[in-house]
Amino acid sequence: MRASLIGIVFLLFSQPVWSAAKIEHWQTAQGSRVYYVHTEGLPMVDIQVSFDAGSARDGSQFGIAALTSALLDTGAGDWNADEIAKRFESVGANVGAGISDDMAWVSLRTLTDKKLFDKALETLQVMLARPTFNEADFQREKNRTLAGLKQREESPAELAHIAFSKAVYGDHPYAHPSDGVIETVAGFSANDLREFYKKYYVAANAMVVIVGDLNKEQAEETAQSLVAELPAGQKPEPLPEVAMPVKASQRHIDFPSSQTHVLVGMPGTYRKDPDYFSLYVGNHILGGAVLVSRLFNEVREKRGLAYSASSSFVPMFRKGPFVASLQTRNDQTQKALEVLNKTLADFINEGPTEAELTAARKNITGGFAMRFDTNKELTNYVSMIGFYGLPLDYLDTFQQKVEQVTVASIKDAFKRHIDPQLLQTITLGGAPAKK
Amino acid sequence: MKNRLLFAILLCLPAFSSSAQTKVSERILGNGLKVLVKEDHRSPVVVSQVWYKVGSSYEPGGITGISHMLEHMMFKGTDKHPAGEFSRIIAENGGDENAFTGQDYTAYFQTMDKSRLEVSFELEADRMRNLHLLADELKKELQVVTEERRMRTDDKPRAKMQEYFMAMAHTNSPYRNPVIGWPADIASYTVEDLQAWYQRWYAPNNATLVVVGDVEPKAVFDLAEKYFGALKTSEIKPLKPQTEVEQIGVREMTIKLPAKLPYIVMGYKVPSLKTAEKEWEAYALEVLAGVLDGGNSARLASRLVRGKQIAVSAGAGYDLTSRLSDLFTLEATPAEGKTVWDLQSALKDEVVKLQNELVSDEELQRIKAQVLASDIYQRDSMFYQAMQLGMTETVGLGWPTVDEYVGKVNQVTAEQVRDVARKYLIKDHLNIAYLEPQEIKENKASPTIQGEHDAR
Repeated sequence: MRASLIGIVFLLFSQPVWSAAKIEHWQTAQGSRVYYVHTEGLPMVDIQVSFDAGSARDGSQFGIAALTSALLDTGAGDWNADEIAKRFESVGANVGAGISDDMAWVSLRTLTDKKLFDKALETLQVMLARPTFNEADFQREKNRTLAGLKQREESPAELAHIAFSKAVYGDHPYAHPSDGVIETVAGFSANDLREFYKKYYVAANAMVVIVGDLNKEQAEETAQSLVAELPAGQKPEPLPEVAMPVKASQRHIDFPSSQTHVLVGMPGTYRKDPDYFSLYVGNHILGGAVLVSRLFNEVREKRGLAYSASSSFVPMFRKGPFVASLQTRNDQTQKALEVLNKTLADFINEGPTEAELTAARKNITGGFAMRFDTNKELTNYVSMIGFYGLPLDYLDTFQQKVEQVTVASIKDAFKRHIDPQLLQTITLGGAPAKK
Repeated sequence: MKNRLLFAILLCLPAFSSSAQTKVSERILGNGLKVLVKEDHRSPVVVSQVWYKVGSSYEPGGITGISHMLEHMMFKGTDKHPAGEFSRIIAENGGDENAFTGQDYTAYFQTMDKSRLEVSFELEADRMRNLHLLADELKKELQVVTEERRMRTDDKPRAKMQEYFMAMAHTNSPYRNPVIGWPADIASYTVEDLQAWYQRWYAPNNATLVVVGDVEPKAVFDLAEKYFGALKTSEIKPLKPQTEVEQIGVREMTIKLPAKLPYIVMGYKVPSLKTAEKEWEAYALEVLAGVLDGGNSARLASRLVRGKQIAVSAGAGYDLTSRLSDLFTLEATPAEGKTVWDLQSALKDEVVKLQNELVSDEELQRIKAQVLASDIYQRDSMFYQAMQLGMTETVGLGWPTVDEYVGKVNQVTAEQVRDVARKYLIKDHLNIAYLEPQEIKENKASPTIQGEHDAR
């Protein structure tokens, strides 16, 4: 027993040094930004082309960014959806497209064997530059989206999140669900999609990320060919700042589910926030660390009130949400909400203990290499770094930034970012069962 | 776990067939613990997984879900490390950890910096035989599992439908029970039930330790010996067979639940790789699943979703690696104006075509290309590599199955695909469930109450 404990203690003081991947960066002739990391060992590459064209660019047409993205692989150049799918799948390539609030992206994972790679790359290039948005494909995909939006109404979790975003963001472009709502999507025409595409899928607004077994020259050619046919265009105006809620609110929505979903939060932080690391490490202690956070401990381990209880900051271009959430049996809702609020309030008032901070630092820095030990995860990191314009040495300085966080800096950052007087609370679920 | 275990096909690509996978090193300790090590030096990380040969399909009636319940209790402490310490120590060492339970296995894992493997071994070895099962902890954790069940199943119409569907399709196979257990059983576990389950199954001679990462096999074996070597064995009696009786006619059911969209699931009784009379039959069923649902160019997407536009989504599923015979499933959501009956007949048409016509060379080549590529892609993830080894070993196939997969799928012919469709996708072995949505009776949203938040 004693021997093994000593073993563990010894390991704690020998934090590994892991030099992060080297990110190379340049611009194509048309002004698209390129981020490239060479990795060896597997004959494959992950490529992502992204645009500042997420759902925050929907305007009043909620869901148009999502549907535009969904149409890209259904027809391009001279190919229909079947032909595009066959071209990718016959060479074992995986293609995907998706959006977040801030970003729209197309991703490709392919083998680097030249014949296979060339076919996949050409298909992607045409898909990006010459999507057809033809009427039949548009109607079909619109109907599928509408069915998905209808099905969303079966899900208490999704409905609670939609209500929460609305409460937190009011009229800001982050307020509406990325997939849109039935009322707006039903009114789209194929031409609306074409207009959206023309405005945002342009070289000046594009970014290419390449992670894998391509050499620099191949990466340069790849990036160049992907954006070569796109018109230069221009970057869209920056998104408006988020307005803070003026006061706290609480809203209950009745839904015939056996659990009530509880969400509490407000606009939190943005990607380039100087407070980001203090908030990140602080939240790790509060509700971010999956099995050992304060919220997990108070709500699940001590009281058995929920399967999961957690909190997170979602940093975006503008202030993304801070949210603390849990799901619990309907008749326990009040009790669980009280535990959640008290845990949160105590943390804001008192901050973490030194011991908690030390443990969190060890967890974050000790597990650092695991954050990007696959090409897939590395691609996501590089994409985030590129899209939000973070320093190229972000991964190299990450551990150091975490080490610099103090109890005082966490307390200070939370005090300035999370105001209990402004928290928005959504509860969605059934009435307590009658005994 | 429904996802098909996909490995890969060696197309005519000498470049890859020669870059053979790193080989797996195997050692069996004196107490029967099997240790598998696969080197992957791409980053300074190690994945360690302990797989126990026990899951929901081992459970008798009355205590369904007990394997999953025990998985939760495994974090509740031992003499050396009281409740909460396991996760705290792993976290302090920068580790990522959790556990999962399936029909045929229960597995625990840590992903850590390679220098911390010892921490994982020390803790896993300790809880393999020294777990404290305390009444108070069980009481709380029972509530947690009940909440988990509400979240995963009770409040999700399709998940609930899946549960009823499996219970209908299987007569006496234990696959009729949900992994998380039936509500009445969950409410009634006792400490004694769990203690008996733990003592019976959690033993080195019923476990496989899989390590993948930036490690040397010899060092891992030595470390395993140091921590696990002295653990006592259990007498593992063979399970009673519980072999599913033959189905002798189609079964259909309608599920009425608050929902917005109708849905259909169809399942044919089929063998797995473990139970197939001839091995190739399982690989042919795997290819058949690929013909129907291996990507956006496969038949269900191109014909039902895009061509006829009668479905907004459609899929097929087959689990090659289940321990017992299971189902080949087809499922779909009708497009607006179409019904589950339309889908049922369209899905059956696709089955008839597979029975009457040979799949094209192009389709076979596409599936084989996908399998080849996904084999390479999967090596991007140490976790997934370890999953494959642990799962095949634990269901009784043996880990070399992982390396054989590509070649075996590659040998499947169009005739074999037709033959398994004729032999297994037959009406008398078919089960169908329809989801008939009931109105979601929600009150109008309550008015927003401003400023009532309990600020402190």
